[in-house]
Amino acid sequence: MTISLTVNDEDVSVTAPPDTPLLWVLRDELKLTGTKYGCGIAQCGACTVRLDGSAVRSCQVAIGDAEGASVVTIEAANDAEAQAVKQAWRELDVVQCGFCQSGQIMQAADLLAQHPRPSDDVIDTVMGGNACRCATYARIRAAIHRAADILEG
Amino acid sequence: MPTSLSRRSFLKSATATGAVFAIGIDPTGALAKAANAGGNITPFVKLDQDGTVTVIIKHFEGGQGTATGLSALIAEELNMSLQDITFETAPADNARYANLFFGSQGTGGSSSIANSFMQYRTAAAATREMLIASAAGAWGVDPTELTLRDRVISGAGRSEGIGAFVEAAAGREVPSDPRLKDPSEWTVIGVDQKARLDTPAKINGSAQYSMDIQLDNQMVVAIKRTPRLGGVVTSFDDTAARDIPGFIMAIQMPNNKGVMAYAETTWAAFQARDALEVTWGFSNAETRSSDELKADLFDMIRAEPEFQASEVDLATATTALDGAARIIEQEFYFPPLAHAPMEPLGATVEPTADGGVVLHDGAQSPAAGLAVMSQILELPEDKVQVNTLYAGGFFGRRSTPDADYLVELALAFVVTDRTRPVKLQWSREDDVTGGYYRPAYAHRIRAGLDAAGNIIGWDHRIAGQPIFKGTILEGFMVQNGVDNSSIEGARHNPYIFPAHHVGLTDQKGPTTPNWWRSVGHSHTAHAMECMMDLCARAADIDPVEFRLRHLSGDGADQSRMAGVIRLAAEKAGWGEALPEGHFHGFAAHKSFNTYVAEVCEVSADSAGTIKIEKVTAAVDCGIAVTPDVIRAQIEGGIGYGIGHAMRAELTLTEGTVDQSNFHDFETLRVYDLSNIETHIVPSTELPTGVGEPGTPPAAPALANAIVAAGQPLATELPMTHNGIAFL
Repeated sequence: MTISLTVNDEDVSVTAPPDTPLLWVLRDELKLTGTKYGCGIAQCGACTVRLDGSAVRSCQVAIGDAEGASVVTIEAANDAEAQAVKQAWRELDVVQCGFCQSGQIMQAADLLAQHPRPSDDVIDTVMGGNACRCATYARIRAAIHRAADILEG
Repeated sequence: MPTSLSRRSFLKSATATGAVFAIGIDPTGALAKAANAGGNITPFVKLDQDGTVTVIIKHFEGGQGTATGLSALIAEELNMSLQDITFETAPADNARYANLFFGSQGTGGSSSIANSFMQYRTAAAATREMLIASAAGAWGVDPTELTLRDRVISGAGRSEGIGAFVEAAAGREVPSDPRLKDPSEWTVIGVDQKARLDTPAKINGSAQYSMDIQLDNQMVVAIKRTPRLGGVVTSFDDTAARDIPGFIMAIQMPNNKGVMAYAETTWAAFQARDALEVTWGFSNAETRSSDELKADLFDMIRAEPEFQASEVDLATATTALDGAARIIEQEFYFPPLAHAPMEPLGATVEPTADGGVVLHDGAQSPAAGLAVMSQILELPEDKVQVNTLYAGGFFGRRSTPDADYLVELALAFVVTDRTRPVKLQWSREDDVTGGYYRPAYAHRIRAGLDAAGNIIGWDHRIAGQPIFKGTILEGFMVQNGVDNSSIEGARHNPYIFPAHHVGLTDQKGPTTPNWWRSVGHSHTAHAMECMMDLCARAADIDPVEFRLRHLSGDGADQSRMAGVIRLAAEKAGWGEALPEGHFHGFAAHKSFNTYVAEVCEVSADSAGTIKIEKVTAAVDCGIAVTPDVIRAQIEGGIGYGIGHAMRAELTLTEGTVDQSNFHDFETLRVYDLSNIETHIVPSTELPTGVGEPGTPPAAPALANAIVAAGQPLATELPMTHNGIAFL
């Protein structure tokens, strides 16, 4: 089956079984390896991308359901929120191993798009699905507040 | 720009065409140099004619900040900014890039900075002196008139970039004893800055992990493994797998431990693996369940120990306890735990045109990769290259005494015609159910107090599965039958107790035990520090004061431990009033020659449900080379300790692991812990490790805070098994 969609502002056609998770299409077909596999069952958030603007777990999106969709991955996440998040991540040196951070950044950018001034409770709720085995959570939370400051200018 | 791929590519092309000067050590350990990065030396730093300074990182970067730390040592002696450094991982070369503590190339034991501190600085200091001498020669001036700063040599009215002197420096004698900068002159080491060199690549998706290797024509292999630990393949049927698009073939592993499904993509390999019908032989498989294994451990700690693990024998401790005014007794249990690094295990073998291979791996032990590929593929070691990539966490898991996943990868490749690259990819389920764990342990401590509340006798018995015994590393860690990894932190603890006995009994466990962040300290600290609080309460003495009383004397071990205890207590406001419903708990522990004390603040609601509000830590790791990386490691170590203690365990039912992924092997989340403050003790001592020492005190500090909140002491982990509920 051939599916057409937009990935990082480029039109792509993918030939794959329709139940193939978007995650593996991104990684193995399109070689966009910034999006990570961590659990395959939507328990860790490492595979988070923006699909038509919303943060989704790409391991749970069947490519057959992504016909015509617009997908943005970490490699091209450059909207205002993503830029602010990446800047804050640098300023606070959030990363350790870094493997979950693509997903954390994509989720955080989506969070700020919806909640420009998130409380700790909102951060806990929205970011609670993104696991970090290095436990960089204190810096993630601080960096999201910093990104909100950056966006406010 | 550090770590920029284009920069690194440029460097490699420059290496091929322009002069390069590399300095490091020769096989005798003496400082040595090489032009154009050749020769029989171990380079730690390379200089290009364009002025690029490249640090060769002999320890892999798995999140612990080694790339930044080792680069800081070089930047310091070259008087340059850390941000201007480029780094590359070292090739696999056991002789050249040995961890000085291990004798072979590898990362672990929180040793990267400690074993490299003199080595890397000395190499850079020699580089500095050779560059300055070259400029002095070229300009006809005395070298003492010249200085090197920010990659420019200045003095005697002149100034020029170091690139101009690379060729001349490469022709000079290497100083045998270069002058290291005095600590008072340091401008990089100890500077508190956020300058991780791996951050840029890790926030734009370009950082390459093992999983990210995508080679032309590669096959991906997933392995169908025995559902019961120790089972072997009897036969298999791949009929259903053949219907999976992209499926290539299925082959029984030569060691019969599983069936390998080969496919064009990872998803196809996973699907094909799941579609395989395998008949297993369980005649030598594990049959026991967790309850049985746990009961066995408790029987062991209630009996006379198999091994005496302390200088003091059991009779002496028993006599002391007989004379005690009161005896405090407590048993503890610690379940098996998986490391579960964020990146599930995997690596790739790529055949080369000359009949050799390249191993692409986040290599905790490049030495192991080299040996495994060489032996199983029957290749001389010079035909095996290791491309060390970033590791998505490890916590000890990317190295095992039997090099498990590397052996699997080599077997997966050796049964093919060796024309296509083979990538092994584990699923999370492979990782959680795989049987390589921090094994279960039980502890029993009997402590005797005199009338004044001082500990006068201590009988500590531990039972569990030894990690090193029976492995190729036995000689390093096992003495008189005692596997040090089972008792470290219980014996040779800075506390001074008269009649301090430690006894050990080995369990023949069901799993393959493996070092897990902080190894033995991951359980001994919990037992020791919960016990210290129990004793303090029994003696009606403040827990901090009680600990300090048992650290009297002039020994450095005691004074450094007391130092972190006082600093953590002061910074957390120990003993001062807390908000209504908030409570403090304390713990301290020395591991890997680093001292850490932690104060955990919790709140409890009316139902007693616990929320962790904050952890305040103090660390003494000697000279703090990169303070913010140290803080990050302590933060992460605390999260790792607390995260598992709260909710994580692995259990067995008749030899089958009951958990499989993050839904039932629960991990710490952002709402569990997001407020950590770390204070570093100023020190002139040589640097010690920070990757692991944050972990041991974290769970007992939380446990002691929960007791302060009126809830039960967590004597059996995870804490949720003690009637403790978390928000």
